[in-house]
Amino acid sequence: MSVDLSQFLQTFFEESFEGLDTMESGLLELDPEQPNSETLNNVFRAAHSIKGGAGTFGLTAVSDFTHRLETLLDRLRDGTQSVTADRVNVLLNAVDCLRGMLEAIQNEQELDADALSNAQKRLDQELAAGDGGGGASATAPATEPATPPAAPQPSAGNPSPGGGDGTSRGGWWIRFEPEPHLFATGNDPRRLFLALQDLGDLEVECDTSGLPPLSGLDPETCQLAWTLRLHAAVEESAIREVFEWVEDDALIDIRPLDAVQPEEDSVAQEPGSASASAAPAPEASAGAGSGGGDGKGVAGKGGGKGGRGGGSGSASSIRVDTEKIDALIDMVGELVITQSMLSQIGKEFTEQRLEELQDGLAQLERNTRELQENVMRIRMVPISFAYSRLPRIVHDTSRALGKTVDFQMEGEQTELDKTVMEKIIDPLVHLVRNSVDHGIEAPEERTAAGKPETGTITIEAYHKGGNIIIEISDDGRGINRDKLLGKARAAGLVEDGSELADEQIYDLIFHPGLSTHDQATEYSGRGVGMDVVKRNVRSLSGNIHVRSTHGQGTTITISLPLTLSILDGQLFRVGDQTYIIPLVSVIESLQVDASKVSRVTSRGEVYHWREGYVPIVRLHELFDTEPVRKELAGGLMVIVEDEDTYLGVFVDDLLDQQQVVIKSLEANYLQVPGIAGATILGDGTVALILDIAGLIEMSRGGRRQPYIPQQDDADEAA
Amino acid sequence: MTQESENNTLGDNDRKAAALGSGADTVDAMQAAADGDQYLTFTLGEEEYGVDILRVQEIKGWQRTTPIPNTPHYVKGVINLRGTIVPVIDLRERFGMSAQEYSKFTVVVMVRVFSGSRERIMGLVVDALSEVYTFQPEQIRPAPEFGAALRTNFLRGLATVDDNKMVIILDVDELLSDEDLAIADDQSRIAAVVRADSEGGTEHGND
Amino acid sequence: MAKILAVDDSASMRQMVTYTLKQQGYEVTEAVDGQDALSKAKSGSFDLVITDVNMPKMDGITLVRELRGLPDLKFTPILLLTTESAPEKKQEGKQAGATGWLVKPFDPDQLVNTIKKVIR
Repeated sequence: MSVDLSQFLQTFFEESFEGLDTMESGLLELDPEQPNSETLNNVFRAAHSIKGGAGTFGLTAVSDFTHRLETLLDRLRDGTQSVTADRVNVLLNAVDCLRGMLEAIQNEQELDADALSNAQKRLDQELAAGDGGGGASATAPATEPATPPAAPQPSAGNPSPGGGDGTSRGGWWIRFEPEPHLFATGNDPRRLFLALQDLGDLEVECDTSGLPPLSGLDPETCQLAWTLRLHAAVEESAIREVFEWVEDDALIDIRPLDAVQPEEDSVAQEPGSASASAAPAPEASAGAGSGGGDGKGVAGKGGGKGGRGGGSGSASSIRVDTEKIDALIDMVGELVITQSMLSQIGKEFTEQRLEELQDGLAQLERNTRELQENVMRIRMVPISFAYSRLPRIVHDTSRALGKTVDFQMEGEQTELDKTVMEKIIDPLVHLVRNSVDHGIEAPEERTAAGKPETGTITIEAYHKGGNIIIEISDDGRGINRDKLLGKARAAGLVEDGSELADEQIYDLIFHPGLSTHDQATEYSGRGVGMDVVKRNVRSLSGNIHVRSTHGQGTTITISLPLTLSILDGQLFRVGDQTYIIPLVSVIESLQVDASKVSRVTSRGEVYHWREGYVPIVRLHELFDTEPVRKELAGGLMVIVEDEDTYLGVFVDDLLDQQQVVIKSLEANYLQVPGIAGATILGDGTVALILDIAGLIEMSRGGRRQPYIPQQDDADEAA
Repeated sequence: MTQESENNTLGDNDRKAAALGSGADTVDAMQAAADGDQYLTFTLGEEEYGVDILRVQEIKGWQRTTPIPNTPHYVKGVINLRGTIVPVIDLRERFGMSAQEYSKFTVVVMVRVFSGSRERIMGLVVDALSEVYTFQPEQIRPAPEFGAALRTNFLRGLATVDDNKMVIILDVDELLSDEDLAIADDQSRIAAVVRADSEGGTEHGND
Repeated sequence: MAKILAVDDSASMRQMVTYTLKQQGYEVTEAVDGQDALSKAKSGSFDLVITDVNMPKMDGITLVRELRGLPDLKFTPILLLTTESAPEKKQEGKQAGATGWLVKPFDPDQLVNTIKKVIR
C-alpha cells in the first residue's frame, strides 16, 4: 500500500510550532529552585510528540535533534540532572534551533547548519555533564544520548532478545501455556495460531488437563495449554515475534522439531506439564499458509524524503470557537426563515400585504445586521497570541543585561481583531524590551534605591468602550522629565523658555531620534525607536500615551480599536451636513480667539496655538459648501493631527462623539480625496468621515480640486 | 439632518415600479418575452430614454443625498441603500438640461453598472418612469454621429415606438464610467442635440 | 468492517493513522487524549483501540487500565504506540492490560501489518 506521508506534514508543522511555543513558555516558567514537575512534563511531552512525528514523517534530522532535547528533559524530569538556569537556556536555544529547522523544512530552505551544530553541541555538553555533576546516583552512560537513534526502524519488529538464531529446517515444536489472565490482555491464542499458520503448516494440540471441574470454570480465564508443531523452515525469531506480546503472559518453549521428535512418545516431560494428552485441534492444522510472513514493512524509505511538499503555501487561518459558529448557524437559520416568509409574500403579493412585506424586510435587515456583527466577531481573537513572544523577550533581554525581572501578563483572553492583533505584536515586543532595558534598573541600583532586587513588568489588556487598552508598566527608574526636556531643547524640538505639560514632555519620547538612555545598547537599538511604535499604533487608528514618575516607574498605554471597521468619531456640522473626524486624530476643540488668528501671505490663515502656529482650513471652502458661519472669531475649531502635522479645522458646530461603522465610498463610487469613507447615522442618513492626512494635503493646495484636470491638460485633451 | 420620505410611494410611477416586480418576476417576464430585450423607459423633459431592464435593480423615490465634495455637479451625493453607500446621479444635469426641483414624485432608478469586473450600484434621477418596451435588436438603430466634439459612446442606439415616438437607449456602463463620475465636463450637451432631432411628446405614465 | 478507536494527542499522527486505516476499509473514530477516548469508548463499541502513551489529561497506560474496566472492552485488543526511547512503557502497558504495541516511528505498512495481527 502506499500512503503519501507529505499530506500530513502541514498538520505536523502546525502542531510542532504549537508544541515549541508550549516548550518555550514552560521553560520560561521553570524556577530552577523548585522546578514544577507538571510544567516539566508538559515540556517533555511536547518534545516527545515532535520527535515521534518527525520520525514518522521522515524528518530524520529533526527527530535526531529532538531526541537529544528529549533526553535532557527526561533527565530533568526524573531528577537525574538538576534544573539550572544555564540548562534552561540551553533548552531554549534548542527550541529556537528546532523551530528554525522546521521553518526551513516547511519553506524548503537550507537548514542553518551552524546553529544546529552549535545547539547540538550545547545539548551534548549538558548531557555529558549529567554523569559527573549528577551526584550520588549513577546515570545512563553519557554516550547513549549522543548517538542519534538509528533512523527509522529496520523492520516490523525487534527480534526478541535472546531469541535463537538458527533456522530449523525440520520445523518447530512449540509449547504454549498461557497464564489464566491472557484473555484480559485482549490476546487470543487463536490469533497467534493463525499468525503461525502464515509461516507454514501448523498442527495444534490442545491440552485441556488444566481445566477445572465445570462448576469451577471461569470462562474469562484461560485454563488451556497447547502444543504446536510448525512445519516451516523459518527462523526462531519469526516465531518469537508472533509471541512477542504474550511473552510475559505465558510459558513459551520453542524447540527444533527434530530435537523433540524422538522423545515425542516419552511425552514432553520437560516443557509440558505432567500429562500431555493429545487432543488435536483438527481445524487449525488445515491452513495452507506458506508465505513466510506477509509483506514486511519496508521501512527506512522515510529517511529524508517526504520532507518536502505540502508546506509552502500556508494560508492564513483562524481558529474559531464553536460557540461563535453555533451563533452564526442560528442566525443563518433565522435568515432562511425570513427569506421563505418574504418569498411567500412575493408569490401572492397584493397591496394589502405591503405592511407585511415591510415588516419582513425590516426583519431581514435585522437578521443581516446581526449576521454581519457576528461574522465580525469571528475575526476576534484573544490577545494571548500577541503575548506569547513576550516572556522570552523579557527572559533573554534581562539575562543579557544582568537584571532580574518578574514578568506578569494579565487579560490574556481579551479579544481583538486578528489583523489588529498581528500588527500590534512588534510594537509590544519593542515596548516590553524597552521596559527591561531602560525601565528596570540593575539589581544593585534597585537595592540602593530601596527597591526589591527583582523588577516587575506587567502587561495588561482590557476592553474599554469600543477599544482595547493595553498597558505595559514597570517599577523601574521612570523617565527623567528634566533630562528628556533638556535633550529635546538641545535638539531644537522645544523652544527655549516654553513650558510644556508633563504629558507633552513624556510624549517627546515618541519623537524620532530621542532616547533617554545615555548609550545605545544592543537592546534599545537607536534606529527603531518609539517613533516607529507610535506610527504603528497610529496606523491602526490607535493612540499611545506615557505616564511616568521619576524613580518609580513608567506606564505606557495603548488604546486600539477592536476592529478596523469601526471607529470612534467626533461628529460636527458644516452647513447642513454632518461630518466625522476620527477621534484618534482630534487633539483639541476650541473656540476661535480672533486675536490669535494671523494671515501669512503664502500659507493663508494660521492660528497661534500652544507653542506654534497651526494652519486654519475652512472646511466649507475646501468642500465648496455653504456654511452657517464664515466669521472665524468666536467660531469653533478642531485641532487635528496626523504624523505630527497639525491643522485647525473650522466648523459650524460640534456634535456628539460616537462610534461609527466605516462604510466604503469606493465600493459603488470612487475614492475621494479628504474623505476616508462614510457611515450611516442613527436616522439612516449618510455622513462622510474625513481623512485627516488627505485633508492636510488638500489644505496645502496639493489637490484642491482633484477631479478637475489642470487647464493645460484639458486643452491638450480637446 | 432631515430625511424626506425614504420609502415614499411613487405616485404616478408606482404602477410602473410594480410592473417591474421582484427580480425573479423580471426574469420570468424576460423569458416570456422570448426574443427581444426589455427596456425600462423614463422621461427627462421631452425625451424618453430606455435602459436594459436587467440592469435595473429597483426604483426608489427621491431622498435627500449627502453631497460629496469636489465632484461633478450632476453627482448629487450618496444615499444609504440598505447599509451600502450608493451615489446618485442627476441625468438631467448630466445631459446639460435645466435642473429641476426634486419632488416626492421624482424617481431614482437604481442601476447596476459594470466597469471591468467591478459591479457598482448607482442611482439615476429621472423625471418620471414611462413604459416597459420589448425591442428586437434590429429595432435599435445606431445613434447618429454628432462629430468629434460630442461623446456618443453612451448612446446604444435609438428605437421608435408607435411609429413616431423615439426612445434613446442608454449604455449605463459608458454613461457612468469612472471619468464621467469624476470629471466635471461640458460635453453633456449630447442630449440637447438629440432633442433637436426628436419629435413627438412623451407619455407620462398612463395618462 | 472493524471499528477502531485511534487515540493520539498529535493531530498529524491521528491524521496519518486514520487515513491509513480508512484506506484499508476500517471504520475509525479519533480521540485526542485519554479522557476523550474513555468517553468515546463508553458510548460506542470498538473492535480495537490504538493509543499513544504520552498524552495530556490521561495517558495511554491509564487509559488501558480504565478501558479494561469497561465490560465491553474487557477482552478487546488494545495496542499501545510506544517509542524506542521508552521501552519500559511496553511492560507498564502490558501490566495495565494492553494487548501489544507498535513502536514509533512506524510507517503505514507497519501499522497495517500490526493491526492485522489482532484483527483477522
